[in-house]
Amino acid sequence: MCRLSAISSTDYISPVENIMALETMKEGHDGSGMGLVLKDLGGEFEELKDYPILSGICSRQGLVTLDNYLNGEGFKLRHTWSPRVSPVRGIKAREYYFARVYEYPPQFADASKEVKEELLLKARIALRMMGQEDESIIVFSFYPDVITLKEVGDPLQLCEFFNLDTATLRARIIFAQGRQNTNYAINLYACHPFFIQGYGSMTNGENTAFVPIREYLKSRGFPGYIGYNSDSEVFTHILHYVCKTLHYPLKYYKDVITPLKSSEIEGRADRDAIRLLKQSLRYLCIDGPNCVIGFTPDGSCFMVQDAKKLRPGVVGGVRGKVALMSEECGLNRSIPQRACDKDIFPMKYDMVVVSPGAQEVKVWNQLQGWTTIMN
Amino acid sequence: MEPASRLDNNHELTLREFPYIIRWRQDRCKRCGRCTAVCPMFAIYPTVIAHRVVQSIGPIPTPSSERRVVTVIKQSTAINNYCTGCATCSLVCPNEAIEPEFNPNHKFLFYKNTGGSPHTRGGRRNDPSISTLDKLKFTRISMLTDPALDAGRHEFRIRTYLGRILPVEELPVRVEGDDVMMDTQSATFIPPVREIYPVMIGSMSVGALSPTMWEGLAMGVTYLNEVEGMPVVMCSGEGGMPLRLLKSRFIKYFIPQIASGYFGWDEIIRALPDMVDDPCAIEIKYGQGAKPGDGGLLMAHKVLKLISEIRGVPQGVDLPSPPTHQTKYSIEEAVAKMIQSMSLAWGFRVPVYPKISGTRTAKAVLNNLVRNPYAAALSIDGEDGGTGAAYNVSMDKMGHPIASNLRECYLDLVKQGKQNELPLIAAGGVGKRGNLAANVAALIMLGASAVSIGKYIMQSAAGCFGDENNRCNVCNLGRCPRGITTQEPKLYRRLDPDKVAERVVEVFKALDVELKKIFAPMGRSTELPIGMSDAISSGDPAISQRLDISYVC
Repeated sequence: MCRLSAISSTDYISPVENIMALETMKEGHDGSGMGLVLKDLGGEFEELKDYPILSGICSRQGLVTLDNYLNGEGFKLRHTWSPRVSPVRGIKAREYYFARVYEYPPQFADASKEVKEELLLKARIALRMMGQEDESIIVFSFYPDVITLKEVGDPLQLCEFFNLDTATLRARIIFAQGRQNTNYAINLYACHPFFIQGYGSMTNGENTAFVPIREYLKSRGFPGYIGYNSDSEVFTHILHYVCKTLHYPLKYYKDVITPLKSSEIEGRADRDAIRLLKQSLRYLCIDGPNCVIGFTPDGSCFMVQDAKKLRPGVVGGVRGKVALMSEECGLNRSIPQRACDKDIFPMKYDMVVVSPGAQEVKVWNQLQGWTTIMN
Repeated sequence: MEPASRLDNNHELTLREFPYIIRWRQDRCKRCGRCTAVCPMFAIYPTVIAHRVVQSIGPIPTPSSERRVVTVIKQSTAINNYCTGCATCSLVCPNEAIEPEFNPNHKFLFYKNTGGSPHTRGGRRNDPSISTLDKLKFTRISMLTDPALDAGRHEFRIRTYLGRILPVEELPVRVEGDDVMMDTQSATFIPPVREIYPVMIGSMSVGALSPTMWEGLAMGVTYLNEVEGMPVVMCSGEGGMPLRLLKSRFIKYFIPQIASGYFGWDEIIRALPDMVDDPCAIEIKYGQGAKPGDGGLLMAHKVLKLISEIRGVPQGVDLPSPPTHQTKYSIEEAVAKMIQSMSLAWGFRVPVYPKISGTRTAKAVLNNLVRNPYAAALSIDGEDGGTGAAYNVSMDKMGHPIASNLRECYLDLVKQGKQNELPLIAAGGVGKRGNLAANVAALIMLGASAVSIGKYIMQSAAGCFGDENNRCNVCNLGRCPRGITTQEPKLYRRLDPDKVAERVVEVFKALDVELKKIFAPMGRSTELPIGMSDAISSGDPAISQRLDISYVC
């Protein structure tokens, strides 16, 4: 089963911390891929927070196509970061890994956030389509203050491959996944975490309700609901649908993917509304077993799982640095100095929410409401 | 030379022309006469024949012949007294001396049109081949990353919704602080939705069924709800419902059906002010899978006192319902107005949905309903559905199989993004060969929100003799040997309604366990796996292609 390592911190941290945690959890993943999403960037990106960053991989020919397209759309390249790649046995290097910072086209300079997000999504999809057939362009995200890096291989070897230990890459929120290959082909687009318009998530476990959920999302008429090379991508899109399209508070993500039984709903103050939500969003109910770790645009991180997840993930840490891991050993590796007795293993009704900057950890229980664990 | 009149039997049929030939064993028969007394078709009769017997008595063989007159059982060669193969004779024979044997080379249909009247019967399509549903297998088994569930211990939610479900964007809710609450200022109509068990007992009328059978089903359904906590519901069929049930609190487990004859609706409308609860839903019948294009048909000999009272008609008259609802001009108008009328009658608190027979034009009806905010569901009845009375040609040759019809409707809804708004109810041949749970699960995975059963429950709960080799199938004549489809007290008192109810409960409890045994290895328990088409496969490439599922070999 995939291993998940997320860290939220007040200070900028290196992705190596996540990768070391993945290494301790290694017996669960088979090295069939690693994905990294860095949000709230430091280092050379700290001064560029308002500019969209295009993350991806391309060939030389693909880069020409990419430049032509983005120049044509009016984007202006402002900054480029590319990892220094060292040859590592077993990892087939691609031509060009990049995170390129752009200025918005002049006509969008004063556009609203929504309009800009739509523009970025459209551009990302267009680039994805252009390079899909020959894999000349692979793009993972195009959004301000977010970098995504993915490659097939073992996380520690990929760390060496990308020289992440010496790189200047830093962020306050870093998500990393070590992939256990499932039914779906080894494909870069199948690597978690997935990201769309400020929302990101990664998951472990097989999604047994994948096909009906995928069909439901694809039929929403939203252009970003594409891909699904992994059954886990739907969790990110459900998050986006619930919080961004429907504008519901984050805690309703839990009520949508793991709805309460009718008898349990009766005890809720919002019972009339969630009874309707349960019916109307029936297709988004996951059937697990899954543990989902995600983040929202404001920098909140969360962990949630369904009733069938036999071994829950764990959240723990100290004020200013909290880790959300699929295994306890990963948490021990990341934040050994924490008080272990405060670790949270979310149960079937729970959603653990870590506030931006890891200042506060609260648990939302579908039956009992909020409990603050750390602040 | 014999005179021509004595040799000319050309006006008679031989037994080889008949679908069932009685095998009677003279040596076992004790001449009790039970078989001839119970035969619903008078296909066998006692008679005498002269017998020459060679015998030898005493220690030394001294054969002598003797002529005796003996009583025998003979089979009629009159076409209207054909043996239906019901085997009631075998059932009552104390010595296993008699049984009907299927004759695959029969020429029954060549002759069963005497008087210029085509063959009419009850039952189902006489096609014993394996249905598409039975060719589907469940191939997505959870193994490592998603361990299979324990069907015995895990908590399963095998429930579905009956009723129009609003798209989430149209819900009258709003965000207040950290909560999503009902918008009390909103005037949005929230359609009624019932949470029911995904398998319901389909429409079989009081009239088509005997009082004991219908009552047995109704008691079983009520017990399942009240005692077992399984919200199984049952449709009345056309012809109303007993008044005391209409006025009882148990009406919530029933779906009264209105069809083109409107039989029974005078009584229902009159009972409305006295009803203490709402019915589960209202079904508007536009078609029936077993006899597409035909209306209901209750023959005069089944219209006795009870039926005439419930239906509000004189006794002893044929009750044919027209093929369509005569008061309406077009299907669009019929559907819209009928749904609104019925909704209005119960203050828009009851889901109202139409039932159609399977047809290549089902999508036209579907899309009409998709645009009707009051349509609660669409029930599609496939060609393998049953009926109490119809022309043989309608039953055998008219209609559309349910599997592909349902699938194309579901995929059409998916294309429009409305798969969760209008539930599809599938029927027609579910459990044809006894694989009820497997057929139900396959239909759900093809896109059905719920499934209706009819013949299966008649067979399993009351021992209906019918099968796809035209066995029995005399529901139309009111001579049902089991007492299931007759209004003749001498026949229906054979059927103990308590036993029927007990069997209904057993059937549904067993079904529930089997559904869990299917869903558990797939890792599904929280929500019904509607449209989980990756879970099923077919070994027939053509079926796989048509249903858009995987092919396995």
